[in-house]
Amino acid sequence: MGEIDTKINLLGIEIDNPIIPASGTFGYGYEYAELYDINMLGTFSFKGTTAEPRFGNPTPRIAECPAGMINCIGLQNPGIDKVISEELPKLKKVFHKPVMANISGFSMEEYVSNCKKIDKVDMVGWIELNVSCPNVHGGGLAFGTDPDNVRNVVKAVKKIIHKPLIVKLSPNVTDIVAIAKAAEEGGADAISLINSLMGLRIDLKTGEPILGIKTGGLSGPCVLPVALRCVYQVAHAVKIPVIGMGGVSSAEDVIEMMMAGATAVEIGAANLINPYACKEIIEDLPRIMEKYGIKSLKDIIGGRK
Amino acid sequence: MPKGTTMKRSIFEIEKNIPLTKDVFEMVLSGDTSGITNAGQFVNILLDGYYLRRPISVCDYDEGTLTLIYKVVGKGTKAMSEMPVGTNLDLLVGLGNGYDLSKAGDHPLLIGGGVGVPPLYNLAKKLVKEGKKVSVILGFNKKEEVFAEDIFKNLGCDVTVTTVDGSYGVKGFVTNALPESYSYFYTCGPEPMLKAVYTASTSEGEFSFERRMGCGFGACMGCSCKTITGFKRICKEGPVLKKEEILWEK
Repeated sequence: MGEIDTKINLLGIEIDNPIIPASGTFGYGYEYAELYDINMLGTFSFKGTTAEPRFGNPTPRIAECPAGMINCIGLQNPGIDKVISEELPKLKKVFHKPVMANISGFSMEEYVSNCKKIDKVDMVGWIELNVSCPNVHGGGLAFGTDPDNVRNVVKAVKKIIHKPLIVKLSPNVTDIVAIAKAAEEGGADAISLINSLMGLRIDLKTGEPILGIKTGGLSGPCVLPVALRCVYQVAHAVKIPVIGMGGVSSAEDVIEMMMAGATAVEIGAANLINPYACKEIIEDLPRIMEKYGIKSLKDIIGGRK
Repeated sequence: MPKGTTMKRSIFEIEKNIPLTKDVFEMVLSGDTSGITNAGQFVNILLDGYYLRRPISVCDYDEGTLTLIYKVVGKGTKAMSEMPVGTNLDLLVGLGNGYDLSKAGDHPLLIGGGVGVPPLYNLAKKLVKEGKKVSVILGFNKKEEVFAEDIFKNLGCDVTVTTVDGSYGVKGFVTNALPESYSYFYTCGPEPMLKAVYTASTSEGEFSFERRMGCGFGACMGCSCKTITGFKRICKEGPVLKKEEILWEK
């Protein structure tokens, strides 16, 4: 087992393993830090952060479906200034690795100003630009579904930051490859995908949609094949690294996602069902690698070499 | 450390699972209950074949057992009601803040409606043990739905049952049976009942809320609500909110 190597290099930073809790399922880290040592993670992507504090959407914000869930949280967060002055100092006490900053916005100016602020924070290793939130109007997804918008926002952000930029894409588009290429042209250092798929559930008693804003983002094991397909297509179309996510719930899923072309793997909904999901996957990974004769995870990115 | 930081995940075994009424069941589970620190907390149960856990309030607990009284409201709870003794279940225990017993005063009033009744049981037990004179009002729609009257009486509480149709006890709502004086109140039940209690009550008190939840431990922000003291997560800073901090929506 000593020869098993789970380390990967994510845009110039070597991380112990490719396991990254996805934004929106891990808060700013400390709910989980009460349960296990989160320093065992590769890193994690913190809750999507906007310029202003946001309460988010009216409840209900959660509904179940077979092998998954839909949510319409609506980017509830304390706003970038409070994140920098309160949440991150608190996180620093329990997490000693570079963290991934998930940044949202409602306009080009907001993305740029948020990124400028977070770029100055020492413990931030990467900026993940969320141009794909399906649950807020006039922002997020409005950027992420148009190649020109994506190219422009990425270009504008890249101009003013020094840290590596990851652009998080939505699967709710006709051609995800075109969007990924636009992000690459704009200067993105990596692509992460997929954000949640837009879904709907109806309450049979009322005949009305269950969720507060009717639609929500679908996630959980039911989206894994969609995510694998998107990662596979994008990884074959761009030269920059791809971070895969969507329905990953086991060490086997992580390996499958990497074989589809992912350099690292984000894990979302699984954390909400089993708060120890990432810990268990990290502990299980060497055993599963050995089972399939994989010595180093670097050797399986984009298929077995 | 804030309350609710002692959450534990462990496997429990069903010791008992019997109907109390047509659609309300009592389930007794054995396992590690050390994560539970307070009356009014809840557990989150993983059910085979269902993605999200089911949050259920704790009715009673001791060192090695846990009692839940739950209503069949959908497929998940229906499946729960059909589980035989001996079945193992994956639970997160010790979730939420629970009631603040220090506020009770000499003669606290407990007001429960429907499946809002169960979490008041362990609270009543603790308050009685502290030597308080505990009054309880239990509200139901009709006689066939009444449960738990006997267990509160066995604790020595002064119990009043109300039914909306008058088929048992006092006719009307729990607010039709409020006593003239009480030192403090604790309530749990459907939101219209909570609002009525909020308006009719003459003392300070605490309300336990129900929400659709994602995780149950504060990570997903699925159950957030606005309060006078800021945004709160029903699963983490709740489910119990104090009267003076509640902001009713709509």
